[in-house]
Amino acid sequence: MRITYRDAMRLAIRDALLADPRVLLMGEDVGLYGGSYAVSKGLIDEFGPDRIRDTPLSELGFVGAGVGAAIGGLRPIVEIMTVNFSQLALDQIVNTAALLRHMSGGQFSVPIVIRMATGAGRQLAAQHSHSLENWYAHVPGLRVLTPATVADARAMLEPALADPDPVVIVEHAALYNIEADVPDGITCDIERAAVRRPGSQMSLVTYGGSLPKVLAAADLLAAEGIDAEVLDLRVLRPLDFDTVAASLRRTHRVVVVDEGWKSGSLAGEVVARIAEECLFDLDAPPRRVCSAEVPIPYAKHLEDAALPQVDSIIAAVRQVIA
Amino acid sequence: MTTDRVRLLADMYRIRRMEETCAELYGLQKIRGFLHLYIGEEACAVGALHALTDDDNILATYREHGHALVRGVPMNSIMAEMYGKASGCSRGRGGSMHLFDATRRFYGGTAIVGSGLPQAVGLALADTILARHGITVCFFGDGAVAEGAFHESLNLASLWHLPVLFVIENNLYAMGTALARAQAQTDLASKAAGYDMSSSVADGMDVEAVHAAVADAGGRVRGGWGPHLLELRTYRFRAHSMFDAELYRDRAEVDGWKRRDPITSYSARLVADGVLDQAGVDGLDRAARDEVAEAVEFAEAAPWEPVADLLTDVHTARGMS
Repeated sequence: MRITYRDAMRLAIRDALLADPRVLLMGEDVGLYGGSYAVSKGLIDEFGPDRIRDTPLSELGFVGAGVGAAIGGLRPIVEIMTVNFSQLALDQIVNTAALLRHMSGGQFSVPIVIRMATGAGRQLAAQHSHSLENWYAHVPGLRVLTPATVADARAMLEPALADPDPVVIVEHAALYNIEADVPDGITCDIERAAVRRPGSQMSLVTYGGSLPKVLAAADLLAAEGIDAEVLDLRVLRPLDFDTVAASLRRTHRVVVVDEGWKSGSLAGEVVARIAEECLFDLDAPPRRVCSAEVPIPYAKHLEDAALPQVDSIIAAVRQVIA
Repeated sequence: MTTDRVRLLADMYRIRRMEETCAELYGLQKIRGFLHLYIGEEACAVGALHALTDDDNILATYREHGHALVRGVPMNSIMAEMYGKASGCSRGRGGSMHLFDATRRFYGGTAIVGSGLPQAVGLALADTILARHGITVCFFGDGAVAEGAFHESLNLASLWHLPVLFVIENNLYAMGTALARAQAQTDLASKAAGYDMSSSVADGMDVEAVHAAVADAGGRVRGGWGPHLLELRTYRFRAHSMFDAELYRDRAEVDGWKRRDPITSYSARLVADGVLDQAGVDGLDRAARDEVAEAVEFAEAAPWEPVADLLTDVHTARGMS
């Protein structure tokens, strides 16, 4: 069935609501409005306002309520409109959801799924263009997922809800309109990274909204005779480094593409792990393509210049392969 | 009712003697980290928790030793937690500020001011959806009233008509900042009106007044009338924590409140009412001291969690949820 990423998310949420009466969706404008990215459109008609629960603009309050509901036996899916606004709820995510099990000596699990949109590229200016998923990937106790394909958007929610611990699902807003054929009954392994394009000369490691750019770059490189493998990390925490290591032990060259700012980025973590565990497998220093260290500007030409692009990815590959 | 009144007094003694010993153990470096004593405020936890049921959810703050104890967490496991031992109620991972007991619906023990309130809303939402009958009681201090979490949570609880009893333990200071230096409106109970919520105020130095107020407010909440905000007016006799020169308040003010000590005043009341004689009061005190001595012995002998277990329970072991 050919569906959009947005449809895939909606179908996954609908399946979860049908499968388990403890599941509810809550967040700003998830109900009557249909979700700010239209992910939950129509669900309130089918499931009612108690299970598709509109909240006031109280990120700290409703994320904390989701945490409490999870501790109390529900399986809440909490939608925060974007990662930018999730900063208002950081306390509940980082200081409670992530810590509670360990801090209580194993007495409480927090089976909450927190969904949020992320990323730039739509001229929404600095306060609506962050890629802060790396902040969550820094915190023990959380699982951080970045569905980058329609298939993963369709299949990730079920295992995320089955996880007894808090899961943060970060959806790049530029992906909601992509389309693909997704077979029925598709599943997703939320422990493992995915090889999106096999290749032999070069490993391109990325995740989330950068995946389409990296695949486009790989196609152009193939036309020049450079055979690049594309890895989608898919799980930012706990990171599946084995899949990365296996790839670059074949290719011996690596570029990491990450829309986050370079300093303290997830790409930095990946490169550090490569340095610790695979340094002597490399034939060239690794390179990172990240966002420029600047608030993302509104003007399109400046925004384009600030973000990883197909051209800058290809340029980095040429440096590594030269 | 006579037995219940004795139990109220007995539990206040248990908290007082336990915490006095904790302070000594802190000096001996047996207890480390932060230690926030509840001494002076015992009537709040004792009066409140005796008016609640086992089905109710309890959330407290980092000044929660008394709440945990009265809720039924054994003193041995509280003291072992203070020591950081594996027999502690949080296996030594939480310490003084993070006492937890899932079997008693005691949800901690949080050290982020105000963070319990949104969780209380969620616990009450879960109870409502899952058709359970308990209410959720969330204790916090006057300092938390300045947090956004307070206002967001009162609004949510009222908007969704959830069974939450919010209890402010107003001890007049947010750490070292006096209420009047932090709040434009110092009548804290009045803030409920902004959320179309009922509220009440009780004397937090009078254990029976607290009991009556919580029984009344809890009954309202239990009866489906929506959330309620109860302000208990109390006072902390000791420093905010163990590192506090108390530069922010007058000795005379502290002494004035100490003359209203909830334990001595209630002891006198029970003697005057003929419920206990002085020997009976002394017996409660001695029993509390004996229980504390045993708890210290237990904590001293308790094992440490093996370092090999450091990483367990960062995530739930599969098959254990």
